[in-house]
Amino acid sequence: MVSVAASAALAPAWAAATVPADAIERAWAALATVPDPEIPMVSVVELGIVRDVRLDDGAVVVDVTPTYSGCPATDIIARDIETALAAAGCPGARVVTRLAPAWTTDWIAPEGRRKLAAFGIAPPGGPAPRIDVTGISPLRRAAAVACPRCASTRTRLVAQFGSTACKAQYRCEACLEPFDYFKPH
Amino acid sequence: MTADAALFDYLLRLADTDLVLAQRLGEWVGKGPVLEEDIALTNVGLDLIGQARLWYAHAGDVEARLAGRGRTEDELAFLRDGAAYRNVQLVEQPNGSYADTTARQFYFDQWHLRVLHALTTSRDGRVAEIAAKSLKEVAYHVERSADWIVRLGDGTDTSHERMQAALDELWPYTGELFAVDAVEQALIDAGIAADLGVLHGPWRDAIARVCAEATLTMPAGEWMQGGGGRGGKQGVHTEHLGRLLAEMQHLQRTYPGATW
Repeated sequence: MVSVAASAALAPAWAAATVPADAIERAWAALATVPDPEIPMVSVVELGIVRDVRLDDGAVVVDVTPTYSGCPATDIIARDIETALAAAGCPGARVVTRLAPAWTTDWIAPEGRRKLAAFGIAPPGGPAPRIDVTGISPLRRAAAVACPRCASTRTRLVAQFGSTACKAQYRCEACLEPFDYFKPH
Repeated sequence: MTADAALFDYLLRLADTDLVLAQRLGEWVGKGPVLEEDIALTNVGLDLIGQARLWYAHAGDVEARLAGRGRTEDELAFLRDGAAYRNVQLVEQPNGSYADTTARQFYFDQWHLRVLHALTTSRDGRVAEIAAKSLKEVAYHVERSADWIVRLGDGTDTSHERMQAALDELWPYTGELFAVDAVEQALIDAGIAADLGVLHGPWRDAIARVCAEATLTMPAGEWMQGGGGRGGKQGVHTEHLGRLLAEMQHLQRTYPGATW
């Protein structure tokens, strides 16, 4: 990994001609416009899956960490990012998938949480739980989840999994609306 | 067997076990007892496919070190016959009733959680990374299947009876989960594979705790399927795997190399 300044000195001459000096800034700006395909109200940056943007041999490289390993959106996200970066004047930009450290909902930006709630998806109610393999109880339950519609905490879990792997289904006992809950992960 | 050959075999055990169970769960699509469960089973299966892909990709890299060329994820999944599959026999058992599917998932999830947790400290860095990622997903699976054991066990007389029968029926397939052969022992000694001997006690404790809460009797039979180094991990399978693979591999076998 090299900084912008260092890479300008190290990059081959042809690269200097094609990659603009402000490539990193352009890349971040472009990434902010790439939505998650399954939760399109938040960008990939707000979702916290963009871990780094760097220059490698004169091309922009975006390190992305998948949310869930079976998430079908992963391949589409990589393609969308490469398309957006090419359009933003970063030719040859590519996405590298990084597994460690594993993605956590703690990386969802405050703005992303606000957008999720505005869209009717309750954002994660707290930090990701630490996994204790000795103490897992069959009836372990998340803290009270507030209804994104009426804010009541009189809600109940309907199913561990919702419309995507990252969400659970809840129902509000106050306003009776069913809603998705973004599980702390 | 060289260290890399053993690692390749071990990675296939992990990958095949995930994939075969995911395929079984996929058979429930559109047939779940309620919509929420239909979705939940598919989501669990999807997590397992994702994890299988990571294990297959790593296996392909290790195979490349061994043989000059490593097979792709698709080649490993779709172009191997049953005898080359290394999954444990438990996961290839048919879905049966919802009690059977739940019992299979319960035994598996409790084992899976502990194996992945142990693998987060594997000396193979890639194994540790994949395990850490997968462990977070499996923590949900464990809660869900244990929940259902309690609901069905401590439910009506009928659900109790059927849940108990399912636990008893699949119990003989749990021995293989903890059976260690020479391949696995070499990797355990090298700090790469999960030490199954250490995990057996905590697994039994967890099964006992959930069964007690569910008013079910934990099975106690000692005779186990797939013992003596002749189980799924060595490529010896029950009659059910062949049919599962026939359906799963049909398209790639008929139209080799077909893509979306």
